[in-house]
Amino acid sequence: MRMPKLTALLTATAVFTSVFTLAATAAEVHVLNWKGYGADEPWAIAAFEKATGNKVVNDFFNSEQEMLTKLRTNPGLYDVVMINAAFNDQAMAEKLIQPIDTSKLPNYADISPDKAGSPMLDHDGKVYGVPWVWGLTALAINEKSFDKPPTSITEMWNEAHKGRVVIRDDAVEAVQFGAIATGQNINDIKDMEAVKAKLTSLMPQIKTFWSSENDWNQMVASNQIDIGTYWSGSADRAKTHFKLPVSLVIPQEGAVAWLDAFSIPVGSKNVAGAEAFINYMIDPTFYVEWVTKVGAPVSANTKAVEALPEDAFNRKVMGDPDVAKRIQFQAPITDAQREAYLALWQQLKVDVK
Amino acid sequence: MAGQVAIGSRSGLRSALPLLLPAYLWLTVAIFLPLSAMVFFSFMTELPLSGKAWAFTLDNYTAFFSQGLYLTLLLASLRLGLEVTLWCIVIGYPAAYVLAKVLKGRSREAIFLLVILPFWSNGLVRIFSWAMVLREGGILDTALNAVLPFKINIDLMYSYPAVIIGLVHSYVPYMVLTCYLTLQAIDDSLIEAGRSLGASRLQMLKRVIIPLSMPGLVAGAALIFVPVVGSFMEPRILGGRTGTFYGTVIEDQFVAVFNWPLGAALSFILLAVVLAILALAAPVLRRAA
Repeated sequence: MRMPKLTALLTATAVFTSVFTLAATAAEVHVLNWKGYGADEPWAIAAFEKATGNKVVNDFFNSEQEMLTKLRTNPGLYDVVMINAAFNDQAMAEKLIQPIDTSKLPNYADISPDKAGSPMLDHDGKVYGVPWVWGLTALAINEKSFDKPPTSITEMWNEAHKGRVVIRDDAVEAVQFGAIATGQNINDIKDMEAVKAKLTSLMPQIKTFWSSENDWNQMVASNQIDIGTYWSGSADRAKTHFKLPVSLVIPQEGAVAWLDAFSIPVGSKNVAGAEAFINYMIDPTFYVEWVTKVGAPVSANTKAVEALPEDAFNRKVMGDPDVAKRIQFQAPITDAQREAYLALWQQLKVDVK
Repeated sequence: MAGQVAIGSRSGLRSALPLLLPAYLWLTVAIFLPLSAMVFFSFMTELPLSGKAWAFTLDNYTAFFSQGLYLTLLLASLRLGLEVTLWCIVIGYPAAYVLAKVLKGRSREAIFLLVILPFWSNGLVRIFSWAMVLREGGILDTALNAVLPFKINIDLMYSYPAVIIGLVHSYVPYMVLTCYLTLQAIDDSLIEAGRSLGASRLQMLKRVIIPLSMPGLVAGAALIFVPVVGSFMEPRILGGRTGTFYGTVIEDQFVAVFNWPLGAALSFILLAVVLAILALAAPVLRRAA
């Protein structure tokens, strides 16, 4: 009975957004991104609007699938979209995003070559995504529960933390986490049975499946959890912005790394404004302010990272060559893989009931 | 209800048409059309929206039968629906009786307001308030430990009981309202007659009050059972590790993997099962009512 409601909602949303499309003028930059993820910081928008005269209109998504759906159903509405590099390929194949003229982005030259040259973002010599920030899905701990931070991923299976462990409710993340715990390549999982067995033995440890940063932070604030999977930028934000006893652990077994990039959708009405906005987003000034005021992942712009203090987490720990060796970047995932991962994840969740 | 409509004369229908039109127009646009689209989607291999080639298939429906997990979850959801409905009756019926037959005037209005109050707050706000109450070191835990002489540890959050509590809180007003309407319609003289003929309180309840208020109980139970079987928000937030139900799996198909065809097929299987249950229960309930 909920489905018609959902569809009605979608229809209503589509009607409203098309009304907004008509109202959009050339001086507006419509940005599609996660909520609370840099591009919607009021001070940043104010600074950008003052510098360029463009007005920023933010819209948000709650999952990559929702982002793709919004692009598909609202052609011409958005000027800038933030896409995880692993989804860039799919967005390009569906002709949702257009090539970017990087000569219009003065800051593009400072982006670290390994990120700018990523085969996930560049297709046929054309750039479809400008690397913005990268980060890790690693472990984070409640400092109150540990005398000294653990170094191994096996801490999640430690009996002492039974009922005080969390993992994100996301099939892909869970399966890739299982791959790391069983010493496999996250982008080429050979032994799925081992992953399943490993995750099955983790299930009785779990308190709940978190879905938002807020879930995680609240559980730490009320001292309900010891350890769990978490994003590096979020752990930094929890510590600097919310003053919570959270620290990130990059286990010796490795961690999943992701790269977020900005793209320009096909049919954008304000490409110049979009280019200006993306250039501002990768600017060191914006980045340093973002890290200091709010907490953020690691910038893809080397000059931006160098502008941070020597001992900053994003410079010292994340920039450590030792860490770089351990992490594995997420590659694109096919729909069939995603569905198989979800089936496995759902089965695990049912078995533990 | 159906009988009354059929009795209405032709001219009655014509004059009623302008009154019915907005509702039916709205139902057609907002319910019937999207529902038909969903039926259509449920037989497709891919959504046309995704720009890929698609074909008609029955795979989405056979997936339900080929994988044991959907059936397990459906049974768990049906059990959840039954338990929540039962608790709503246990809690809601006495409250409705008191509202209809015991309280009068101002105090009735005040209690009524309290019953309807949950309707005025957003569902998510209600659930998150429960999260604050139920967790270890939460309001309930702290309050009980402050009063009781011995130490107890209450951590109901992220458990099956938490899901039941959250759902019962959300849906109990339906039961109170539907039962209140039928209980209020019971003529007081019937109760007086029963009492004067020597019926005990229990006999009165069993022979007069419950049978006469049965339509309200049935309506309330149906109103609660159907949405609870498909619920996904409460289990997801309050259930933690145990919060996977049929509704959450459907939500995953729509939100997490963009597999609308499978999600739609699972929804219609749920709809069919719920309709079958209501149809099977109908003769029994009609006799009881």
